[in-house]
Formats: sequence, C-alpha cells, structure tokens
Amino acid sequence: MFRYTKLTLLREIGLWVLALTFLAPFYFLVTTALKPDSEMYTTSPLALPKNPDFSNFVAVLTATGNSNVVLGLVNSIIITAGSIVGLIALGSITGYVISRSTRRWSKGAYYLFLIAIILPGQLGAVPLYMGARAMGLTGSAWGLIVLYTGMLLPLSIFLYSNFFRGLGTDYEEAATIDGASRSQIFGKVVLPMMAPATGTVTIFAGLIVWNDFFTSLIFLGGSANQTLPVAMYYYIGSLVSEWNSIFAIVIVSMVPILALFLFAQKRFIQGFSGGLKG
Amino acid sequence: MTATMQPKSEAAKAPLRGRRAPGAGEKPRPRSTGLQLGHWWWALPGIVLVIAIHYVATGIGGFFAFTNWTGIGSFKIVGWQNFEAIFKDPTKLGALTNTLFLAFGSVFLGNVGGLIIALGLNRMLKTRYILRTLFFMPVVLSPLATAYVWKYIFDFDGPINVFLTSIGAGDLAKPWLADPQWAIWTVLVVLVWGSTGFAMVIFMAGLAGVPVEVEEAAAIDGANLWQRFRYVTLPAIRPAIAIATTLGIVQGLRVFDPIMALTNGGPAGATETLATQVYKQAFALGNFGGGAALALVLAAIILFFAVIQQRLTRQNPED
Repeated sequence: MFRYTKLTLLREIGLWVLALTFLAPFYFLVTTALKPDSEMYTTSPLALPKNPDFSNFVAVLTATGNSNVVLGLVNSIIITAGSIVGLIALGSITGYVISRSTRRWSKGAYYLFLIAIILPGQLGAVPLYMGARAMGLTGSAWGLIVLYTGMLLPLSIFLYSNFFRGLGTDYEEAATIDGASRSQIFGKVVLPMMAPATGTVTIFAGLIVWNDFFTSLIFLGGSANQTLPVAMYYYIGSLVSEWNSIFAIVIVSMVPILALFLFAQKRFIQGFSGGLKG
Repeated sequence: MTATMQPKSEAAKAPLRGRRAPGAGEKPRPRSTGLQLGHWWWALPGIVLVIAIHYVATGIGGFFAFTNWTGIGSFKIVGWQNFEAIFKDPTKLGALTNTLFLAFGSVFLGNVGGLIIALGLNRMLKTRYILRTLFFMPVVLSPLATAYVWKYIFDFDGPINVFLTSIGAGDLAKPWLADPQWAIWTVLVVLVWGSTGFAMVIFMAGLAGVPVEVEEAAAIDGANLWQRFRYVTLPAIRPAIAIATTLGIVQGLRVFDPIMALTNGGPAGATETLATQVYKQAFALGNFGGGAALALVLAAIILFFAVIQQRLTRQNPED
C-alpha cells in the first residue's frame, strides 16, 4: 500500500538538499585548504580557489617539534591499535565469563562494569595521572594503551556480555559433551563466533581512542610523543588564524578516519545501532 | 538485542581434541549451579584493571575534593570548603548552568533532528543508504577537528557573515564566538551538528523494528500521518529514544574538546563548562582540591540523570 509516489520523490529531493546543506562545512574545509596565502584575504570565503595548490599540506606535514603531525599520526595509529587489541583480549574473556557464569558474583561484576561506564573520567583524572606518573606510564605510547584499555574496558565488557547473552549455549554444551576443556571451548568454539561483537567493540573503542583529546592532552602533556589531536591542537595554537594551514592539518587528521568510515560505512553504522541496543 | 548474527556453522564443527569430561580432576560441583563454562578467574585481570582505573581513581579523586591540595606537597582536609567556593564563584556556577544548557539543548535538538531525518529516510527512498551515510559523516570526525571548521564558519570574516552581508542582512553579522550572548548558542550549533547523525542511526534501527503491516492497517483505518506516528511509531521506538537520550546526556555533560577549540571557555567565561573548569583548575592552575570538587559535582549530576533515565527505561520493558 505504501508506494513510491510524487510525494516520495519530493521527500527524496528535500532530504538531498538538507544533506548537502548539512555537509557544507566540508566545502569550506576543502576549498580553503587549497587556497594559497595570497588568495586567503583577497577572495570571498564562499569562493572556489583560483589557483589551488598543496603548499599548505606540505607545510603541515613537514612541521617539527610539539606539532609534528606525522609523528602524531604514527603515535595515534600505534595507540589505537594497541588499545583495541587489549580491549578485545580482556573484554571478550571477561564478558564471556561474567555472562556465562551462574555464580552469584557474576551479576555483581556485571553491575560493577555497568556503573563504571557512566563514572565521569574527569574525577579520576588527577589521581590516575599521579598513579601513572609514579609507574612511569605518562609520556609513552605504552602507558596510554594501558590507560585506554582500562578506561574503555567496561564498555567493551558490556558489549561482549550482551552479545554472549543473546547467543545460545548449545554449541558450548555440545563441545562439553564431546569432552572439550574450558579453554578449548573458548578458543575453538566461542572465539570464532564472536566476530560481530568484536567488530562493534573495534569500531566503538577505535573511534573513541582515535578522536580522544582530553586523556592524551593530560597523559602525554609536555612529552615529545603526541597523538594526532594533541599535535593538531598545539600546531593550530601557533597559527593564530591562518585558516588555509589550519584546514590542511584538519584534513590530514580527518582523512584516515573518514576513509575508513566510507570504506566500511555499512559495518560502521550497524556497529553503532546494533551495539547499543543491548 | 545485540549485534547478533547467526554463528557460522563451521564454528560448531571446529575440531576438538578428545578429552575426558570437564572437571574430571576437580571437586564435583553441585548440579544446581548449572553448566560451568569458563573459569571464574579468567575475569580477574579485567575486574582488577577496572577497579583500579575507575573505582580507586574515582574514590581518591573524591577524597581530594575535600582537601586544599595543590598537586605538590602536603595538604589539609578542608571539609565542604571547596564546594562552598563553587557556589560562590560566578564562573563556576556559570559553568554548571552552561553544561546543563548544552547537554539538554544538544540532546533535544539532536534527537528531534535525528528522528525527523530517520522518519524521512525510513522506507521507499531509493537513495536512503547514501543519505544515511552522508548524515552520519560528522559523527566519525573528531570533535576537535569539527570545532575548528565551525570556528572558521562563525569567524567575523567567515562564510556566515559574508553570506549575511551578501543577502543584504549585514547588520545581523557579528563576531559570533566573541559575543558573550551568542557564543553559547554557537557552541550548541556545533554540538548538534556532531550528534544528529548518531541519533538518526539509532532511530533508523528502531524504526526498522516497526512492522509495516501495523502501519498500513492504521492507514487503512483512516489514521492520518500524525496519528500513525503518535500511536504506532512512537510507542515502538521508545527503547531507541531512551538509548539515544541517555548517551546524549552523558556525553553532553562531559563536553570538553569543542569548547577548548572553539572558545577556550570565553568570552569572559560565557562558554565555560564543568569539564573545561575541571581541567583548568586541576591541571593549569594547580588547584587539585578545587578541580576534584568540581569533578565530583559533575559526577553527581551525571549519575543523577543516568539513574533517572534507567528508571524511565525500565518501566517500558521491550524484550
């Protein structure tokens, strides 16, 4: 009974207009980044660049010191990848045990993680900083990997345990009857089945870690090892209002995540909607 | 429901080396506890890490809220003094109201916008998947990068003012972010831009669960568009609303990066939030005690709204 009518076409056109307006910031971002300095103050911000060039990008990618963007990019990749590995390893096994265990403590453990999700990081930030400094975890990629793993572990465990609750125990029971040990069951039966949950954890945690500014600002503060957002923050702070250079660095920071998103957008969006319905 | 997918059948056929029944060498367990899968101690590393990083750190932070510690050297316990200072300091009180304004403003506008777009995209549109991708794009960008783009757009010589002048509305042009009255609204626009796509995706997932037949039946019975939305769609997407608003509020109350990039809390504290104040007090001004007290206030507010949301959600069990 619901058919594609003229009204539907109108709705489709309307939404396209809305979408393009919604994405207008990207137009300014790209056009401005391609404008050489000489055009910045002579042309309208709405105009396309007359002689587009990549000089701004070259300047950004060769910057050194606190605003070394390339180093920031490398650090961000290492830290994000390391944290995801930690979150998958610890999150899957913890989520599995607390969702499968019939013991009384497992329910308590579940709520322990649930509450930790909403505890605001800011309150713990100062003691955490002191503790991390005492243990030599500040200023290094390793330290941040440990910190991010700990901070996002509740979210990871929450997603995994909801996934295991929705998954029947039939396969595991069959494996038990066949004589598999508990570690065999986990490694050979459970591990291959949990790919969808792992995908969601990767997307969620990866995005949070990649974009995080507060934690890396504090825990890497003053060191030569910066993540991309911090390097960007310092670099832009030194530029005042050279928008073409600022946008070149913004684009450099956006491209990896945007490319990943456009490449895997279906999974990405599913991860967000599916992972939250728990 | 979580992101469930049917397990691949190969998984079930995974080769298993023959071994005796589980727990052969262990003490027999009472049958009533059911099947034991996995050893309980597997959960220990996760539990220890979470307790240390979340609970111990938060607990210590809560303790310092009652001291005058500066970050170095000795400290004294000062009781509620830090909290009294918060409620006497107009900047911090302003940060409190700004935080609530931004959190609720962005949740309301972002969810209404997200719901409208989701309803518009729901079914029939030929390009709905492309449109969904486009609307979701801002969500994946870092709030910091997003903020810089908008800072330019709202700049005095930026696109908005140039556009206003070109259509003859030049007297509306103003330095948006430097204007104490308008700065907070500017920040709100940026937050809503970044969160609408997220709400849309959750609502689209919720709408996918509304059966077409029920809607069609309502339409045949003569229900108009609004009635169909009010009595068929809305009750069905209640869980989606609960999730989208809870996450939005928790996130909105913590807002930090966009403020640092857009205004750094200015002009004259007009866009200061609790999170930026915590950072400035504790890490920039060396007032750890005061910063911790503010963080505790923020924590209490977040917990308060999270509990309320939980209550509201639990009254509509959907499973």
